[in-house]
Amino acid sequence: MKKEVLYEIKALYRDDFRVTGYTFGEGEKALCIIGSMRGNENQQLYCCSRLVARLKQLEEEGRLIPGKQILVIPCANPYSINTKKRFWCTDNTDINRMFPGYALGETTQRIAAGVFEAVKGWQYGIQFASFYMPGAFVPHIRMMDTGYQDTELACEFGLPYVVVQKPRPFDTATLNYNWQIWGTHAFSLYTTNTARVDEESALQAENAVMSFMARRRLINHHPHGGYRSEVIRSADFVSIRATCSGFLQCMVKPGQRVQKDTLLARILDPYEGCVLAELRAPMLGVIAFAGDEPMVYENTAVLKLIREEA
Amino acid sequence: MIEIVTQVSLPVDEHLSIKKNRLQPEDGSNGRRISIVTGIHGDELEGQYVCWLVQQRIAQHPECLKGTVDIYPAMNPFGIDSVTRGIPAFDLDMNRIFPGSVDGDMNEYIAAQIVGDISGSDLAVDIHASNIYLTEIPQIRINEISAQRLVPLAMKANVDFVWVHGASTVLESTLAYSLNSRGVDTLVVEMGVGMRITRTYCEQLTDGIFNLMRELNIWTDEVCTTHTPIVSSVADEVEFLNAPVSGVFVKSVNHGALLGPGDEIGLIVDPLHGTLLNRVISPCEGWLFTVREYPMVDQGSLMARILKGHMEEAARKGGAAQ
Ligand SMILES: [Zn+2]
Repeated sequence: MKKEVLYEIKALYRDDFRVTGYTFGEGEKALCIIGSMRGNENQQLYCCSRLVARLKQLEEEGRLIPGKQILVIPCANPYSINTKKRFWCTDNTDINRMFPGYALGETTQRIAAGVFEAVKGWQYGIQFASFYMPGAFVPHIRMMDTGYQDTELACEFGLPYVVVQKPRPFDTATLNYNWQIWGTHAFSLYTTNTARVDEESALQAENAVMSFMARRRLINHHPHGGYRSEVIRSADFVSIRATCSGFLQCMVKPGQRVQKDTLLARILDPYEGCVLAELRAPMLGVIAFAGDEPMVYENTAVLKLIREEA
Repeated sequence: MIEIVTQVSLPVDEHLSIKKNRLQPEDGSNGRRISIVTGIHGDELEGQYVCWLVQQRIAQHPECLKGTVDIYPAMNPFGIDSVTRGIPAFDLDMNRIFPGSVDGDMNEYIAAQIVGDISGSDLAVDIHASNIYLTEIPQIRINEISAQRLVPLAMKANVDFVWVHGASTVLESTLAYSLNSRGVDTLVVEMGVGMRITRTYCEQLTDGIFNLMRELNIWTDEVCTTHTPIVSSVADEVEFLNAPVSGVFVKSVNHGALLGPGDEIGLIVDPLHGTLLNRVISPCEGWLFTVREYPMVDQGSLMARILKGHMEEAARKGGAAQ
């Protein structure tokens, strides 16, 4: 294992801003894994730290395949984690909206450029990504529909779902999109949580990456368990929206299969405690996402359902 | 007449409403329609005073109004109320969610209703005020794909600068892009600085708005405009100066200054060690149309934008600076 600073900015008062990488093995640039880019992505950082520990152990046991190199960058934005700010502290910009970056541009463009310099040109790229809404997701691999995506490779993680998503305008500035455009097989790995560390889904993510590395012949390891991934399009997600504002009382968990008309959640009047609305399953399906904010705004997609043919 | 463009109910005993004021001729006739829009970014307040000035002037001569003037002063009321650029609670830049969706979440729904309400205008003016970091000369920014239609209009808006910039996918989610692609000519104004009101700039733009209204036969009174913009549509005419080091930036010149190569724009200093970290100098001859107002800089922070190659026009402006 080699630990090195991949990108650095000198600060006025704070300690210098550093992006640190861990390299395992030597040779062909096979796999690059990146963790948190935003200040609330604790779970993403946690997953990477587990992988660093795991890879270190594999290396000591001589179970890395010679000639293949693996790079793990647990965190591309320690400043924001340390100040508990979601985005860049001074101007609130999002590093994951700045790729491929610009080395002579604004600060976060420079960081993106510095990170991209380190992560581009690898055969496979995994980013531990987060959803913008608080809640729990069924673990899945997400990939942008750029024409370069390879869904069969994504199934090698053995997570329940592989989701293919049409890029929206802002997606063109994300790491996943630019990785693909620059020839890396890119996967965004969504575990259940973001701000809270969830041991169970971190273990699942670790096993998923282990399976992928084993199947790609990067490590000596026998993958066990896991799912036969189902490939779906993001358009197959059915959003179930709050029909009014109030306290959200969610009755289902991600991964749960529900019949049409099952009661999924209730919205309660914040003053009088009465039920303002009941949200029911519009069709047979599996819960993909369940929001866990106590209070919701009208029209917020509090649940997402993967539709199943009856 | 005050109208509610759209409204949603919030969790606890409150409604969020987007409001506009519709001003129409006293005789009830219709005519053409201009929409004046501001407050998408909650920390940009220059447009607030413009909205007020426009109404004051119409009130002085209501007989000159021959069309509809719709004034939308607060597109992002949450942001304005909480001194936040984006939409608080969502950590979202409102100018990245257009055209929105009526089936989407609260913000997408509001965005879609706003686009729907402004649609049908003959002209929209979306007033921004840079951000809290930079001060800008009154200018209109135009995406190159709309340049042909918009530059002639921008010439009449009494601003000092018209900047035609390259297209970018990310900008497709702005209000102006949505409106322009729906056939509503929309001018994006950037002027002054965030969290402040620069009275002279607001008065200058108000003259420009009345001049545009006169062009559209919405306003019949005489309008006096005093500013002719410099137009730049060449990509490398604008020089960007980003901070080479983190520190405290202290500006030496004001925006609007004419610069020669080697002229000092500011200093980056280190108050802990008492040292000078960098003397920021102009790399070229040009016109300083953007300068940093907020002193703290990280390595990479933008400090200045300089327009090259229009020295004679810029020299004629002379007094454009504050
Ligand atoms: Zn703005």
